[in-house]
Amino acid sequence: MTIPTTTGAIEMMDDFLVRAVLAGIGVALAAAPLGCFVVWRRMAYFGDATAHAAILGVALSLGFGISVFAGALAVALTMALTVSALSGRGYAMDTLLGVMAHSALAFGLVAVSLIKGVRLDPMTYLFGDILAVGKSDLAVIWSGAMVVLGLTIWRWQALLTSTLNPDLAYASGINPKREQLVLTLGLAVVVAVAIKVVGALLIVALLIIPAASARALARSPEAMAYGAVGIGTLSAAGGLWASYLFDTPSGPSIVCVAAVLFLVSNILGKTRATG
Amino acid sequence: MRLLTISNMSVSHGSTSAIKNVDLTIDKGEIVTIVGPNGSGKTTLLRAIIGALRPDSGTVLRTAGMRIGYVPQRLSIDPTLPISVSRFLSLPKRRSQKDISNALGLAGADALDHRPMTALSGGQFQRVLLARALLENPDLLILDEPTTGLDQPGSAALYGLIEELRQTTGAAVLMVSHELHVVMSASDRVVCLNGHVCCHGTPEIVASAPEYRALFGSGTQGALALYRHEHDHQHDHDHEHTHDHPHDHGSH
Repeated sequence: MTIPTTTGAIEMMDDFLVRAVLAGIGVALAAAPLGCFVVWRRMAYFGDATAHAAILGVALSLGFGISVFAGALAVALTMALTVSALSGRGYAMDTLLGVMAHSALAFGLVAVSLIKGVRLDPMTYLFGDILAVGKSDLAVIWSGAMVVLGLTIWRWQALLTSTLNPDLAYASGINPKREQLVLTLGLAVVVAVAIKVVGALLIVALLIIPAASARALARSPEAMAYGAVGIGTLSAAGGLWASYLFDTPSGPSIVCVAAVLFLVSNILGKTRATG
Repeated sequence: MRLLTISNMSVSHGSTSAIKNVDLTIDKGEIVTIVGPNGSGKTTLLRAIIGALRPDSGTVLRTAGMRIGYVPQRLSIDPTLPISVSRFLSLPKRRSQKDISNALGLAGADALDHRPMTALSGGQFQRVLLARALLENPDLLILDEPTTGLDQPGSAALYGLIEELRQTTGAAVLMVSHELHVVMSASDRVVCLNGHVCCHGTPEIVASAPEYRALFGSGTQGALALYRHEHDHQHDHDHEHTHDHPHDHGSH
């Protein structure tokens, strides 16, 4: 009876691999265009703070028995809004973010250890466990990703104008603070859906690396966003394939592939510029 | 026609007051220039008009449907953001290629459409900013030190262009400038600002006002006469003679 068992195992494997790839692509779709704005506006540390806070959200949601997605989203959003509100009020932003990002992470890890009755491996949420993504997770990831992608496309012109110069936006009747809020909101949703895929420590990598890779080859903001989507998708699929092939952790493998693509595109960009 | 009425407006940055009790009106087609020392609240006034700053008290009344074209003092484009001139001009509203070429032509920046913004010289950059403001089809053109970073022929050409645009488009112009002699010749009215409106009126009135002389000395009146002459002379040359020199708008 070895043959049917093997077929069953392969079917099962295919199933979770397909789900994992779909989850990775979903996150890449939303993260890549948003990541362009994170790069252009130099918000990388802001993304870190939001992502690290999500760990605290995971702990709280396990403690209160609500869904991990809802808990992570709520805390990530709170963190993002707090940071947004504090920005431009004379605080040294990088210091403030450093304090908030790492204390949120530390409090989150401590809170996880204190939860009674739940044995949770924090590694799952620090590095993600994309292979454990179920059908309902997939639905949450794709709904979240589509909302963020839709929001980014809808606000694209206004976001781009505000990014170039807030006063240009004001003069045209756009409120750059509202656009900043759109980005903050999008970032919190991406963090909440991606925490299971790449984990809190590597989410920002998925935002930034595809966008930065696309920058080397792009000549317009839109080309950079499309390029980032392509590179993000390729990283997700390639990383999962590599992790299956070499039996390596999936989240970090995805980021490694993205990093290699960053190197390749930058070398290509340099040779094209000089050659 | 009245475009803008500011009455008794005060604006502060946090706890420090920037401008106090400012009254100002702008009518269609006139050129009004704001002069004043550093930190006198010139940019603050402009930013309150475009709605970027909320006044603590007083009112800014814009005529319904009035369109503003704004040229900021500084605009640095992050090197990570690849953007061409024509894409930049399509913000925040999408513009047709024809409108873009027209606006670039009006601003004296023809054929720059496909250049990356970061590859423009200082003078070209200012003209592209002006073209973007013109695409709004403005009733009021607001310029914050539009000649920052330009050499003297370049800035003279730009002021000539602004005056020309006032005539061709009928837009009113409100600008901030440090170049007193240019201001005095190119403006219908001058507002001298130093935290409040010190004096206000035609260039001749302001130049002879004791408040203005206290701020800028009396030497500028001589410069005024001198510049009037130069300005008339240069007007026919158009802007072909701009001596733009390359300015790096961010390195890679």
